[in-house]
Amino acid sequence: MSLLREAALIAGKDLRIEARARVVGQQVVPFGLIVLLLFAFALDPDRGVLTRVAPGLFWVTVLLAVLLGVSRAFALEADNGARDALRMSGLDGSSIFLGKAGALAVELLAFEALLTLGVVVLFDVRLASLPPLILASAAATVGLAAAGTLYGVLAAGIRARETLVPMLLLPVVAPVLLGATRAWEASIDGVPGDAWPWVGLLVIFATLFVGIGMLAFGPLLEES
Amino acid sequence: MSLVVRLRSAVCLLGRFPALAGVDLDVAAGETVLLSGGNGAGKTTLLRLLAGLIPLERGEGTVLGVDLGADRRSHRRRIGLVGPETGCYDDLTVRENLEFASRAAGVGADAVDESMAAFDLGRLADVRHGRLSTGQRRRLALAAALARRPELFLLDEPHAGLDAPARSQLDRVLRETAADGRAVLIASHELDLVRPVADREVVLVNGQAAGVLPEGSPQAPAASQPSQPSQPTETPETPGIPEPPGRST
Repeated sequence: MSLLREAALIAGKDLRIEARARVVGQQVVPFGLIVLLLFAFALDPDRGVLTRVAPGLFWVTVLLAVLLGVSRAFALEADNGARDALRMSGLDGSSIFLGKAGALAVELLAFEALLTLGVVVLFDVRLASLPPLILASAAATVGLAAAGTLYGVLAAGIRARETLVPMLLLPVVAPVLLGATRAWEASIDGVPGDAWPWVGLLVIFATLFVGIGMLAFGPLLEES
Repeated sequence: MSLVVRLRSAVCLLGRFPALAGVDLDVAAGETVLLSGGNGAGKTTLLRLLAGLIPLERGEGTVLGVDLGADRRSHRRRIGLVGPETGCYDDLTVRENLEFASRAAGVGADAVDESMAAFDLGRLADVRHGRLSTGQRRRLALAAALARRPELFLLDEPHAGLDAPARSQLDRVLRETAADGRAVLIASHELDLVRPVADREVVLVNGQAAGVLPEGSPQAPAASQPSQPSQPTETPETPGIPEPPGRST
C-alpha cells in the first residue's frame, strides 16, 4: 500500500471515530465558543478593543483546542491496547503520522470555521481580505496539527502526558500564534500585502514539522 | 520443514529485570506450539519479543526470516498477535475493526467475511466494539488477527473468556491454520484446552525454556533444554518438567 493510501486509512479511521464519539462537536466547539464569550464579557466595555484583539484571541482559542485534539487523538490509541495493534499493523510510521495529523487538521479546520463565525458575530470583525486569511489559516492549521501529533506521540507513553503536552507544545507553536495573528490582522485591516510574509512563515513552519514528523513519528511510536 | 521462529540464548530485559534469560526455541511452519509456565515465567514477554514489540537484548533471534537484532518491524505485517487486550476501537463496529486490520495488512476484503464467519460474528457485524461482551470482544480480537492472514499467530491466553462454542471455533481455526502451513504459538495456563491442538509444549520457568513435551519431539531442539543444571522440581501446572535453579522473581 502506498504512503498516501495508508495515511488515508488512518485518517479515515480517526475521523470516523470522532464522528461517532462527537467529542469535537459536543465538547471542543462549545469550549471554544465559551472562551470567546468569556473574552467578550471581560472586554465588553470597549468594542474597539475586542475587534483589535480578535485575531489573537481567535488563535489562542485554536491553540487550546489543539491541546484537546492532540489529547483525544492519542487517547484513542491508549484504549484496549490499540497502540500495540497500531504498531503491529505493519503501517509505516510516516503514514500513521500523516493520517493522524491529517485527521486532526480536518477537525481543526471545522472548528476554526465555526469559531470564525463566532468572532464575526461576537467581536464585530469584518473579514476584508479572504485569500491571505484562508491561506494563513490553512498553513497554520497544518503546522499546528503536525507539531501537535509529533509532541502527542512523544508524550503518549508518559503518565503525566496531559500536563506535559501543553508544556512541550505551546512554546514550540509560538511562531504559529504570532504569524497567524499578524496575517489575520492584516487581512482584517484590509492591507493583505502585509499578510503574505507571515503566510510564508506559516508555510515554512508547516513544512518543517510535517518533514520532522514523517521522520521521527515511527521511532517515537516504538518507544511510547 | 522451514523454521518460522529461531531463538538462541535470547535475553530480554524489562527495565533491569531479565524477563527472558536465555531462551532457545525453534518453531517450524505448520507447527502449533503451546508455551506453558507459571505467572511471570516469560510467556507474554516471549510473544512480544517475537512480535518485535520489545527488543532482543542479547542472543540471536529470527522470525519469518527477519533478524530481530537488526530489524524488529518489517515482519509485523505477517504476524497475527492476540494479547490480553483486543487492540480494537470502541467506536468502530465489528466489521469496521476487521476491515481496518485487514486493509492495514494489505489483505483483501474477503478476509473480513472469512474471519467473521470463522468466529460467528456475522450478526454482530454492525455492533460497536464498545458494546460487545467480554467473550464477544475476545472473538473479535481473534478474528482481527485472522483477517490479516498472518504466517505466524502469536496468541496469549486465547481461550480466556470464551464459551464452549467459541472455544470449538477457535480450535477449528487453529487446526486449519496449522494445516495451511502457518505456525502458531499459544501462551496459556489452560493446558487442558490447548494441549489437544498443540504439536508440542515448551515450558518456560523463570524466563528460560525448561523443557519440551513430548520428550524427543522431532521439533524439539536440543538447545531447548535449560542452560544451567536443573533441579528435579516440579511446577504445579507442568508435572514432570524439570525446573532450573530458582531465581527470585
